[in-house]
Amino acid sequence: MNVIDARGLRKTFGKTIALDGVDLHVDEGRILGLIGPNGAGKSTALNAILGLTPYQGELRVLGRDPWGERDQLMRDVCFISDVAVLPRWMRVSQALDYVAGVHPRFDRAKAQSFLAKTTIQHSSKIRQLSKGMVVQLHLALVMSIDARLLVLDEPTLGLDIIFRKQFYDSLLNDYFDRSRTIVVTTHQVEELQHILTDLMFMDRGRIVLNCTMEEFESRYVELTVNPDRAPAARALKPMYERQVFGRSILIFDLKPDLATNQTFDRQQLASLGEARTPSIADLFVAVVGNQYAAQRQGAAQ
Amino acid sequence: MNTQPNAMNESSIQSQGTEPAAVSALRVMYWSIRREIWENRALYLAPLAAAAVFLFGFAINLAIMRRSGSPLLSPAQQQDLLMERYEFSASLIMGIAFLVGIFYSLDALYGERRDRSILFWKSLPVSDLTTVLSKLIVPIVGLPLLSFAITIATQFIMLVMTSVVLLGSGVNIAALWREVSFLHFSLVLLYHVLTVHGLYYAPIYGWLLMVSAWAPRAPFIWAFLPPFVICGVEKIAFNKTHFCTLLGERLTGPGGTMAENDHTKNFSTLIPHHFFSEPGLWIGLAIAAIFLAIAVRLRRYRGPI
Repeated sequence: MNVIDARGLRKTFGKTIALDGVDLHVDEGRILGLIGPNGAGKSTALNAILGLTPYQGELRVLGRDPWGERDQLMRDVCFISDVAVLPRWMRVSQALDYVAGVHPRFDRAKAQSFLAKTTIQHSSKIRQLSKGMVVQLHLALVMSIDARLLVLDEPTLGLDIIFRKQFYDSLLNDYFDRSRTIVVTTHQVEELQHILTDLMFMDRGRIVLNCTMEEFESRYVELTVNPDRAPAARALKPMYERQVFGRSILIFDLKPDLATNQTFDRQQLASLGEARTPSIADLFVAVVGNQYAAQRQGAAQ
Repeated sequence: MNTQPNAMNESSIQSQGTEPAAVSALRVMYWSIRREIWENRALYLAPLAAAAVFLFGFAINLAIMRRSGSPLLSPAQQQDLLMERYEFSASLIMGIAFLVGIFYSLDALYGERRDRSILFWKSLPVSDLTTVLSKLIVPIVGLPLLSFAITIATQFIMLVMTSVVLLGSGVNIAALWREVSFLHFSLVLLYHVLTVHGLYYAPIYGWLLMVSAWAPRAPFIWAFLPPFVICGVEKIAFNKTHFCTLLGERLTGPGGTMAENDHTKNFSTLIPHHFFSEPGLWIGLAIAAIFLAIAVRLRRYRGPI
């Protein structure tokens, strides 16, 4: 059973197509990073998964229809949608009381022990806390809920680097295990690279890349070559090329391509220059950037 | 994506989805209402402040009466005077509570969208129906009972204050306590708050909650402009005032306000038989139910603004 199972998920706002037939399958125990430019449809997809917005197409989350059964689903799903959604008038102790009151899977003692590691006072009002502390509080609440699926939509936006690091560290060390699933969207992809198990790129309502991190590491190679070797490297048909300090950086997709019968491998590339795994951000630019280029060509013809 | 589907995962997910995940509906409602009171402290502070102001004025009045040595009143006159003040304190406190209720309802489903906290509330297993109902129970049950309790306490303090001032002035205080029909008045008042402020005003609060769930901004304008426009158009186009009259009757409650009638007469017009056989009550409750259903549905679709 998939934790998330979507087929042909569509959502339109007037004439704008936010989700254009998305197929998505997430298994238990995965950490999926959903990466895309603004307006790519990431948040819409997450909202559909969380039962916050109606949609067309098939969607099941933990076997439930999120739009029809949101309140039951929320026993097993947690989300942090934004850094600033905790009610500002509430006291920290009230937030603990309230969540303990309404949530069957909330462990108050656990939340208190998470909070004890921070400088947050129980008597403080949320409006008195710094942005970083609010996120710590929200994370403490969410991590104390024994949920199956955790959805994070830009959870670290506007936080400084120390809070961001702490956020993902505690998520991995104190929360994640093989029976939980996490879906996260963020623009700060570099910090996620070593956390994710799965990667998905979205652009203009569609999924443009979907692979596990193992596939990502074995399939994509970033090659840095000196100008004299550049033509040889280009002959191997890189998917993307950019120039940095006079050297060429090329990204290759090692997936065997039947049409061109490409048969080079990592060693062949390494003989031309420095080969390594690209960063998620660079691969994203390569994948999405190529699509824009192809579209421009199509428009010109 | 990595596929390792095994039977254990499947069963664990399914059992987790159904078994211990039960917080009783009553408990969720209790915490939802508590949450409302935490957020809106004006709900009880405003009526308390009104009572304090009233008692302050009453104390000054007593002091002046004492000092000027006004001619001693008979216990019957004392009773009338006290009764009049009683009614005034009751209508002041309940009027304030009604105002607070209006502003509370208008902000109830709008404020959470404006400050984006709706995303937090929706991340918890609380249904839209529970949320909207809790926001209705506060003005139609909570506020009336609270204003009743505050009024009774205020009146008791007034009686004690009067007794203290009159002590040693030769007035029979025991007679005073006996004459002012404290219990009788309290019962009328309790009945009034529960029926008029609770049931009869339900469509008003339903309307306010619905507007609050819908309004893209300025819920106050959206709530109060349409009735004015309807009244205006009705008057100008047809020279009729049906809608206005209807609204006015709804606001004054069945049988007019407490203040207009003398309290004993009021008691008789408010007897349950009369009140519950009035079609206006049932039509109002039906309209309130429609407004609420729409508010619940709107909250489901609405996100932060």
